[in-house]
Amino acid sequence: MLTLKDFKGQKPAWCPGCGNFSILRAFNEAMVELELAPHEIIIVSGIGQAGKFPHYTRCNTFNGLHGRTLPVATGIKLSNHQLKVFAIAGDGDCYGEGGNHLLHTIRRNPDFKLLVHNNQIYGLTKGQASPTTLRGVLTKTQPFGVMSEPLNPLALAVALDCSFVARGFAGEVTHLKWLIKEAVKHKGFALIDILQPCVSFNKVNTYQWYQKRVYQLDDSYNPEDRKLAFQKALEWGDKIPLGIIYRINRPTLEEQIPVLKKEPLVKQKPKIEKIKDLLNNFY
Amino acid sequence: MDYSIKIGGEAGQGIQTIGDALAHIFTRAGFYVFSHQDYESRIRGGHNFYQIRISDRPITASRNRVHILVALDRESIFLHERELVEEGQVLYDSSLLRERFEKENFLDLPLLKLALEFGGDKIMVNTVAIGAIIGMLGMDPEIMFELIKKTFIKKGIDLVEANLKAAKAGYELARKECLRCSFRLSEFTEPKMLISGNEAIGLGAIASGVKFYSAYPMTPSTGIFNFIAEQAKDFDIVVEQAEDEISAINMIIGASFAGVRAMTGTSGGGFALMVEGLSLAGMTETPIVVALAQRPGPATGLPTRTEAADLLFALYAGHGEFPKILFAPGNPEQAFYLTNKAFDLAEKFQVPAIILTDQYLADSQWSYQSFDLTKLKYVDYRLRGDSLKNLSGYKRHAFTDTGVSPLGIPGDSSHLIITDSDEHDEEGHLIEDAEIRVKMVQKRLFQKIPLLKKEIEPPTLYGEKKPDLLLICWGSLYGIVKEVVDELSKDFKVAMLHFSEIFPFSEEVSWVNLIKEAKIVINIEQNATSQFAKLLQLETGVRIKKHINRFDGRPFTVDELKERVNYAYLERF
Repeated sequence: MLTLKDFKGQKPAWCPGCGNFSILRAFNEAMVELELAPHEIIIVSGIGQAGKFPHYTRCNTFNGLHGRTLPVATGIKLSNHQLKVFAIAGDGDCYGEGGNHLLHTIRRNPDFKLLVHNNQIYGLTKGQASPTTLRGVLTKTQPFGVMSEPLNPLALAVALDCSFVARGFAGEVTHLKWLIKEAVKHKGFALIDILQPCVSFNKVNTYQWYQKRVYQLDDSYNPEDRKLAFQKALEWGDKIPLGIIYRINRPTLEEQIPVLKKEPLVKQKPKIEKIKDLLNNFY
Repeated sequence: MDYSIKIGGEAGQGIQTIGDALAHIFTRAGFYVFSHQDYESRIRGGHNFYQIRISDRPITASRNRVHILVALDRESIFLHERELVEEGQVLYDSSLLRERFEKENFLDLPLLKLALEFGGDKIMVNTVAIGAIIGMLGMDPEIMFELIKKTFIKKGIDLVEANLKAAKAGYELARKECLRCSFRLSEFTEPKMLISGNEAIGLGAIASGVKFYSAYPMTPSTGIFNFIAEQAKDFDIVVEQAEDEISAINMIIGASFAGVRAMTGTSGGGFALMVEGLSLAGMTETPIVVALAQRPGPATGLPTRTEAADLLFALYAGHGEFPKILFAPGNPEQAFYLTNKAFDLAEKFQVPAIILTDQYLADSQWSYQSFDLTKLKYVDYRLRGDSLKNLSGYKRHAFTDTGVSPLGIPGDSSHLIITDSDEHDEEGHLIEDAEIRVKMVQKRLFQKIPLLKKEIEPPTLYGEKKPDLLLICWGSLYGIVKEVVDELSKDFKVAMLHFSEIFPFSEEVSWVNLIKEAKIVINIEQNATSQFAKLLQLETGVRIKKHINRFDGRPFTVDELKERVNYAYLERF
């Protein structure tokens, strides 16, 4: 029997009160309930406060470069599709630096799960605007306020027919845990955008700011309807929906690759003895 | 026997089809073949050529003088007629060129008419031309017929018949019409293999057990991607076209971390994007192999042409200090074995390895008796299954006597495999501790590098053992400089010192005395700033004063280089 103790990692270096703590709790509880042991999972993370996440739980870990979680996770998944792979990144990491990879990972649809800790600010570099910072917010490097429209990751994902699109909130741990479990059960690429208050640098989008606005989608909402999902994804302001916004079954990248039908690539021995036949083709 | 055939025309006219078919016919006849291509960055139009040299002894470069010029456009005549030897012939079709040339050595054959009449399609012009060239050479057409059957059998018997007829028509008419053709071919012998630089790297990768290849297409590296993708099914390899080169290198790092041999390929611009990933491989001690097929820069440069100006860039690529391996094969045979060695050393020492080629080597074809497969090495250095399970404890970045830590497979046991792009401890967790930082740098650099140097072969000396005139070169210049040495050996005590295992330098350094003791040393490079000479000085303290550089995007030719060496030698007096 797995317990939360099995997932006790290093001591977190996050600020007291950081939204990341509850995301970590939701993740660990989800793993225990899904009965996924630390060695069966692998977390690929980037750089930023979210990038430190795998060190604070217990799992196989590739803590790579800023913005590059998704290609590393894709390479891992294609080499060993039996591993449960998670990519964990922040809003700057995944929506800014690695934006191009997000587009193409959604298109490929590898069966791994992306958790974006979206605090609408750059925490590790101390308070610059991120791609999701709201217009007009003043920061040290946006002295006249943010002039660009914030990125809407959910609308982007629905537009690309992403196979699982959801929004969670660090302030609602039980719901977030449920979302993570649903994403794991779903076959295909999943994006969970997690609203996460940054207590040190985001004085606009605080716990209170989110709590006033968020609401959970109920059973009457049908996430299989793409048009409705797009509408829901655009909802942002006085009311912010939480839950599974969109879900569709699409063939995954790895199940379309004939070589991977037999067994994971890492289990397949190289056919070096056949090289003689290939050499003969050159005559 | 030593003949050169040049096929010139616009892109899209089938120059490559004719050239490839001829090269294969000649190697099947047992001749030695060398071919190289010159093309523009366009799919239609412009001027391109394909040059094939055949001989009964091994050859390693193209020659300036041409025996048969096949002109598919008028431009080919204006540009290349002067390259003809005295008995040289031009083959053309006045109906295609819309011009008649009233010269004795111009053979005007109705290639198009014959294509329509015997092949039933104007596309058969290429086949007619192939037949005509074989006819002009006075070669037994049987091998050509066999190759046509083999090439087209998959597309149906009708196409085989049509092509055979077209080839025969071209052959017979050339035999009849080319009265001045007096070529004498050698007897056929054992068939040779014909292989390009790109194919040799692909073959070497597959022979080394590559399981994952991800890249973004970029000339002149795309041939490697094509070759490996073609073999993906038979050799159980996963190939993935990435959205950019950043993604490509990160994907192969992920794949390698998960436990398979992984590789990418690109050219200078794409490599520039990979630099951050290279540093990641260095920090996480993840073995990867990167093929860097150079072309002239900066920026987009001359996309389809050749240069070797990314040596120092590749050497210093990646922020921070970490070891890497840099190989620059001189020909397809070296490319094959060095790709194998790159995979082996990358995994043995858990470092990135770069194979540096250029457009000239990537696209040129060489012929060989065979490759010796017993010289290949395959050792799986990773800890898998039970060998990992049975360990009582596991630390991905454990300190060891060699600096090389156990490379475990995530998921194969209850041991967790942890790594980080941040500085990390033995387990792989990120740290700030100064003492561990120093120990990690010592492990990655100072422990591994001396061991790595032991694996590196010294440069190859060709020619005089104690030369007065020493020509230094690296990478794809091997074949050209070798022939220059052959030609100059009548007049000089001359040798070539060729470097293919570029970095780190070999532990064995006795060759440095050759440079110190030669009367004149000339460094030859396909770049403007003699980058290798700078590296040589840095590593050995030896400074070379005479340099021959070419950086117009075209390869050196033997004849040109010979003159420049002669000139540089005379300058001394």
